[in-house]
Amino acid sequence: MSKLRLATVWLDGCSGCHMSFLDLDERLLAVAEKADLVYSPLVDQKEFPAGVDIALVEGAVSSEDDLHKIQVVRARTRILVSLGDCAVTANVPSMRNKFPLQMSLDRAYKENVTLDPGTPTQGVPALLEKVRPIHEVVPVDVFIPGCPPSADTIFYAVSELLEGRSPDLSPRTRFGA
Amino acid sequence: MIRASTIKTLKIDDRDFSARHDETILDVARQNGIFIPKICDLKGLSPVGACRLCLVEVKGSNRLLPACSTLVEEGMEVTTTTERLQRYRRNILELLFTERNHVCSVCVSNGHCELQTLAQKLDITHVHFRYRYPNLDVDASHDRFSVDHNRCILCSRCVRVCDEIEGAHTWDFMGRGIESLVITDLAEPWGTSETCTGCGKCVHVCPTGALFEKGKSVAEMLKRREFLPYLTQMREEHS
Repeated sequence: MSKLRLATVWLDGCSGCHMSFLDLDERLLAVAEKADLVYSPLVDQKEFPAGVDIALVEGAVSSEDDLHKIQVVRARTRILVSLGDCAVTANVPSMRNKFPLQMSLDRAYKENVTLDPGTPTQGVPALLEKVRPIHEVVPVDVFIPGCPPSADTIFYAVSELLEGRSPDLSPRTRFGA
Repeated sequence: MIRASTIKTLKIDDRDFSARHDETILDVARQNGIFIPKICDLKGLSPVGACRLCLVEVKGSNRLLPACSTLVEEGMEVTTTTERLQRYRRNILELLFTERNHVCSVCVSNGHCELQTLAQKLDITHVHFRYRYPNLDVDASHDRFSVDHNRCILCSRCVRVCDEIEGAHTWDFMGRGIESLVITDLAEPWGTSETCTGCGKCVHVCPTGALFEKGKSVAEMLKRREFLPYLTQMREEHS
C-alpha cells in the first residue's frame, strides 16, 4: 500500500501546535510508517504540492499571504484539518479585530518605536483588516480545538484520519485546552 | 412551618416521576440525574429563562418551554433531548461565542468556565456563525474585582445574586438586545459604586471569566458557588 501524503501548514499562530505535533515523539515514527510528510515548516519543501491527502493547518488567516496559502492548500488537499484554536476560532490573533487595523499597526510600529517609526511595506505581506478562522475563508473537514491540542489528541486524530476514519474529538479536547 | 403541597406525577423522557407542585421540570431532572444544559439558571437564585438552553419539548404544547421556569403539571410528558433541541442548543451556544470576544486560551476561567464546558459537552468543535468581535471595555476600577464585558453572556446571575441575596442591587442591565451590558449603579465605575458592599458574590456566581478577582492569571479563577443554596435555605428558615 502506498503511503498517504501528509502536510502541515503554519499560518498566524505561535507554532505551539507544531511543537505539540513534535511532542508525538517516538509516535512520529508510527505516523511516518503510514504517511510521507510532503510539506511542512519542519521539512525543506518550498511549494505546497498537489495531491495532498491530509493537511494539518495551524493558525488563523491574518494576512494576504495566509489567504493565498490557505486557498492553495484547500485546492490541493483532500482532508483539511483546522489544528488548534487559532485555526478554529482565530483565538489570540483575533484580539486585534476590535481595533481598526491602522490603530494596531501604529501601536506596534510607531507609538512604541524610537528608531525609524513607520509601517513596514517591503518583504512582509499586508495584514487583512480582520483576522478570521480558517473555515470562514475555505471549507474545513476536521476541527481540532485546543491551545495547543495535546500530543495525544493530535496523534489520535491523525491516526484515525490515516485509517480513513473520522475522529470524534469533543471528548478529547475543547476551546482553550 | 409546613406548607401545604400537592404531588404531581409526570413523565420525563418516558420515565415516571413525582414532584411537588412548586418544583420545575429542571428541579426534577436535576434530582434524578437527567442532564438538561443551562447557563443562566443557578440553584439558589430565581429562574429567569434567559439563556434558552434548557428548552424542552412538552407534549401538547406547540412551543418549546424552558425547563428552569416551567412548573410541573399532572400528566405532563417532557422530552429533554431530541435532534431539534440539540441543534437549537448548539446554535445558542455558538451564538454566545460569536457575540463577544471569548478567547478561552487566555481567560482567567479557562478550564473552570461553564460556557466552555457546555460547548464541549454539546460536541461543539467550532462555531458556524461569523464572529462579531465587538469593541468592549474592561472595568478594573474596583480594588478587588474586575468586569470584562468581552466575556459576559448576559445571564443575569450577578444582577440576581446582588439583588436577591446580598440585597444591594448594585448590578443591573443597560441597553437592549445585543447592545446590552451589565452595569454597576447608574453605569458608573464599579470602584466608585456607593451601593456595592464588596461581598464578591457576583464574581463567584458568574459562569464565565466576565467577573473575576484581581491578581488571578490564566485558568486561576476558581469560583465557589456552594454557598448559595445554604444562604437561601437559612434565610427561609429564619424568616
